[in-house]
Amino acid sequence: MSNFDFDSIPHIAEVSACHGAYAEENVNEKNLMSFDERQKESKKVLPSIEEAIRRVGLKDGMTISFHHHFRNGDYVINMVMDVIAKMGFKGLTLAASSLTDCHWPLIEHIKNGVIKHIETSGLRGKLGDAVSHGLMDFPVIFRSHGGRAAAIESGELHIDVAFLGAPSCDPYGNANGYNRDSEEGSCCGSLGYAKLDALYADKCIIITDHLVSFPNTPFGIPESQVDYVVKVDNIGDPNGIMSGATRYTKNPKELLIAQYATNAIVASGYFKDNFSMQMGSGGASLAVARYLREKMIEQDIKCRFALGGITGQIVQMHEEGLVKKILDVQSFDLIAANSVKNNRFHQQIDASYYASYLNKGAAVNQLDFVILSALEVDTDFNVNVMTGSDGVIRGAVGGHPDTAAGASMTVVVCPLLRGRIPTICSKVNTVCTPGKTVDVVVTDQGIAVNPARPELYKRFVEAGLPVTTIEKLRDRAERIAGTPESIKYGDKIVGVLMYRDNTVLDVIREVID
Amino acid sequence: MEEFFVMEIKKTGVAGTMESSDIIVSIEPKETDGIELTLESAVMQQYGKQIEKVIRETLGELGITRAYVNAVDKGALDCTVAARTAAAAYRAAESTDFVWKNGGVK
Repeated sequence: MSNFDFDSIPHIAEVSACHGAYAEENVNEKNLMSFDERQKESKKVLPSIEEAIRRVGLKDGMTISFHHHFRNGDYVINMVMDVIAKMGFKGLTLAASSLTDCHWPLIEHIKNGVIKHIETSGLRGKLGDAVSHGLMDFPVIFRSHGGRAAAIESGELHIDVAFLGAPSCDPYGNANGYNRDSEEGSCCGSLGYAKLDALYADKCIIITDHLVSFPNTPFGIPESQVDYVVKVDNIGDPNGIMSGATRYTKNPKELLIAQYATNAIVASGYFKDNFSMQMGSGGASLAVARYLREKMIEQDIKCRFALGGITGQIVQMHEEGLVKKILDVQSFDLIAANSVKNNRFHQQIDASYYASYLNKGAAVNQLDFVILSALEVDTDFNVNVMTGSDGVIRGAVGGHPDTAAGASMTVVVCPLLRGRIPTICSKVNTVCTPGKTVDVVVTDQGIAVNPARPELYKRFVEAGLPVTTIEKLRDRAERIAGTPESIKYGDKIVGVLMYRDNTVLDVIREVID
Repeated sequence: MEEFFVMEIKKTGVAGTMESSDIIVSIEPKETDGIELTLESAVMQQYGKQIEKVIRETLGELGITRAYVNAVDKGALDCTVAARTAAAAYRAAESTDFVWKNGGVK
């Protein structure tokens, strides 16, 4: 080492990331334990959720986040909230990527003031019902997956602590949506929504039921983003997290809708080699995948990539070579989850990459077409996926408005009637996806094309498809079912629907029984 | 149908199922004048009044003036509501003088 005077180095004061001269006493003593001993001693692994909450310094009024990859089998949110409530915290904002039926115990935490405000993609069951009946003073903010991602990455939705359940994790925090070391336990596949929370949260706690040896590669969440790891007995009910394979519908109405939708896709001009697509997990959507597969084989057309929530149907097409690549933000069934683990070109992506309007490139913008479901569609092509026919919150925005905005052709599939309730109506209860971004509505009794897309209309007519107008579909529905009496709403606003650019698209009002 | 025809309810008559898009209608004898109707429906808010109207109209057309009627609706269309009500009424009246008509969607 040559002798030098630090201050005499030319321009040294202008060099950034230079912290003065080296000093030996600042270098830590080396750890001489073996790798195996070391990982057993990992300081990140804590004995309890309570201890982790203490260490991250949770305070009243902070924002905490969760993901919804465990769907209706999730134990993590209720488990963590019970601990937080017991520790006496108040006034928290719960910003989950979504919430579902199993999260009804949150009602008590809301009543007791532990939770002051909720941000989510959706609400269902008892919790949705309670919110619709005026449970909360602060309206629930509903964001699409892309809108939430944008809010997080812009820093506007600041997460203080993320509590992220993971089916496997090593002692340093490398977490996965499956377990590579054994076939036991829970499995959710992609950790797409959790990835973004881990990246942006001030503090990130992984909660796992399978602590595996380092390195838990390839990982969904890297240790560099993880503060603490807590091992618990169970993070969820495997049967609630995933069904073995998403069931294939036998409902003739859904099959008819799927046939019409498939024929519309084939006639649209977007069905050519190297096309791209996203499909939902609803009965009709899955049937579209099946019919489209036959058309692809018949016409020797391959799909370049399939995006989104991924199902076993898409995986099957991938393994047959019909779908070249899969971009997966959320795995819908066990086949899809195992494919994330086993297929090289089944790529896990985060919520921002999936659908944010704000980043430098989101995959929804590379979609040829998307197949989406709907609770209601109105004659302006606006879609409701949030409130039921009784006005009660029982759905989720999900990626609906994001993919609708991104795809060249947005196809909404729905029956003309559900039981007695018309799906096609004059005005939807709640606008989740604006009609401007919806191109085609396929029902069991005809196809309506947005007047903004005359070329699609022309192609469908030429292909001999049963094309009609959205007004005629509405009239037919009302002729069969009768015109329903409107829902009785109060004045109180209980929910706010954010569009994907985080502007207020609609509000949900309290329901009066 | 005769104008002043009165159908007498003799026993409990039931028609329909609890399946989705169906309605189960049960009709029982009543000593005094009037139809006493209890209705449960999956679409009460949107179609409750309409369902009640169809049941009462159907009973009126059959000449039934005294009955307890209990209906549990699972989103049946008007034509189904009318058909189940009529079937239950004929059974309750132990009548086989069916006068079917083309009801339902106009």
